Amino acid sequence: MATERPSREAGLDQSEVFRGDLRAKESESGVTRRSIPAFVAGEELADLADHDGRVVVLTADLASANRLNDFAARHPERFFNMGIAEKNMISVAAGLASTGLVPFVGTFASFAALLGYEQVRTDCAYPGMAVRVLAHHSGMSLGYYGSSHHALEDLAAMRAVADLTVACASDANQLRAMLRASIDLPGALYLRLGRGRDPEVYERVPEDFRFGAATRLRDGRDVTIVTTGSEVHPSLAAAELLATRGLSVGVIDMATIKPLDVEAVRDAQTCGVVVTVEEHSVIGGLGGAVAETLCDLRSSAALLRHGVPDQYVEIGPPAALYAHYRLDPPGITEVVLTFVSSLG
Amino acid sequence: MTSAPTPAELVAQKALMVRLETLRLSRIAGAGHYSGTFSAAELLAALYYRQLRLDPANPRWPERDRFILSKGHAAIGLYPILADLGYFDASLLDSYTRLGSPFGDHPDMRKIPGIDFSSGSLGHGLSIGLGMALAGRVSRRDYRVYVMVGDGELAEGQVWEAAMAAGHFGAGRLVCLVDRNRLGIDGPTEDVMAAEPIEARFAAFGWSCQRIDGHDVDAVLGAFEALGDADYAPPQLIVADTVKGRGVARMENDVNWHVGNLGPEDYEDVRRELIEGASRGH
Repeated sequence: MATERPSREAGLDQSEVFRGDLRAKESESGVTRRSIPAFVAGEELADLADHDGRVVVLTADLASANRLNDFAARHPERFFNMGIAEKNMISVAAGLASTGLVPFVGTFASFAALLGYEQVRTDCAYPGMAVRVLAHHSGMSLGYYGSSHHALEDLAAMRAVADLTVACASDANQLRAMLRASIDLPGALYLRLGRGRDPEVYERVPEDFRFGAATRLRDGRDVTIVTTGSEVHPSLAAAELLATRGLSVGVIDMATIKPLDVEAVRDAQTCGVVVTVEEHSVIGGLGGAVAETLCDLRSSAALLRHGVPDQYVEIGPPAALYAHYRLDPPGITEVVLTFVSSLG
Repeated sequence: MTSAPTPAELVAQKALMVRLETLRLSRIAGAGHYSGTFSAAELLAALYYRQLRLDPANPRWPERDRFILSKGHAAIGLYPILADLGYFDASLLDSYTRLGSPFGDHPDMRKIPGIDFSSGSLGHGLSIGLGMALAGRVSRRDYRVYVMVGDGELAEGQVWEAAMAAGHFGAGRLVCLVDRNRLGIDGPTEDVMAAEPIEARFAAFGWSCQRIDGHDVDAVLGAFEALGDADYAPPQLIVADTVKGRGVARMENDVNWHVGNLGPEDYEDVRRELIEGASRGH
């Protein structure tokens, strides 16, 4: 492995890669409040570790980028920087977990999921180890770092692993709730995070969060958007835009991809039109999970799976990519309108 | 009245049991990893009957020493030891590899008491063991963690990630045993992918190293006695030179017996050969 890692660039200090990010500009203009999911994990875990001796944290030379150094500063004896060796890190975490500890492992989603896939499956999920993989900078959020640093297949891959919980945090407050709920979650967890700049979806920490339960964020009569993680906020914004175009659009935050909330899918399809929106390949992720479930339910609802097409994405800053692949609010709006009109 | 066996005699007896049970269980399965289990028989017996701190009545005892059979394909030799020690009823082994059995070709910790970690995919075990050793540090427990790897397994890159990290963290209670039987599946390791110089490679990552004859029980026990027990110290390597297929002439150093199947007549021949060899102290 000789990959050059943008550990500093991906952190707080280097804005170059994100300079064109429209979401960031939105927040700077006061439209949304900035919150930074990946960056609260270290602090939240340190708080949890104050009262729970089982919490240990590992990273792969990314403690400054993912701010797990906030944990290291408060609990140095329970923090292990494993260097750029993700496979070893995940297996070490499994060994730690075998003694009853609860290890949280943070690295880029591309490396956690794709490089470390077998370790997650064979050493964490199969033996039922309570390893929590914090897969940050998921999707194409590393922008022009390119496909080596993108994770657009991780949900499809992880969803196929038995006894693995798969979830996506949409903002910092939900991430805190997920971290708290994860402490006593049986088995392994793959937790997909954004790049640490996701705007706020939840005004406060949703204390009632539990894995496997979706959250309806908005009611709508005409269309239901089922979304997750980084696309929850733009989907809500798109629903607002669609309202001005005469469409009543509901939004469900399907935070847990596995086990999927079947009742939420049943609820989503009652309006007759379902659109899934995710920062992931259209193959096998949230859209795939919802399609399978609609099939199982023998639903007659129309389904559009919106995500990244089955290809390696263009080079570009994140915001430009979201716009290009129509995963920003105007893009989602356009996709939904086109789909609805195609239904006649 | 016979006197109690010496430690070395006990280990040798149990190593014979490992080999005979490997024969028997392979017959149930219709095939078995004979030769890579025979190479490890004395090591496994020495670990379980003389070295590991265990309580078979309490398989999850937090203070126990851990053992990871990273070369999981030798599990057929480990199961009989666990049964003999009382982790489960020995009659359960009769289901070996049959539909629904807890006992597959590679060990599953969720199904078998006494298995400290599931294995099968080579290259993972040393990392798992390092995690257990670091957990001992975090939890202030002084158990040791033993990981047995195959020599062919040393070609897996993750072994060296773990070796580097173990040296970096000074995981002194981590012990890596290399079953150096010199053969992989396709041929000699030195032809397929050279493993040597094993000690020099580990030493370069900060390990302390011993090298012994893995079939000389006194040497194995001596290597165990020489192990340090301090944390924040070099992790410890024992390279055990062994013979793949040890104890059965037709299998020794024959790559074709990595996985094999004895016919009914050969079965009795080989069984007799093992028993006679053991009685001669071989």
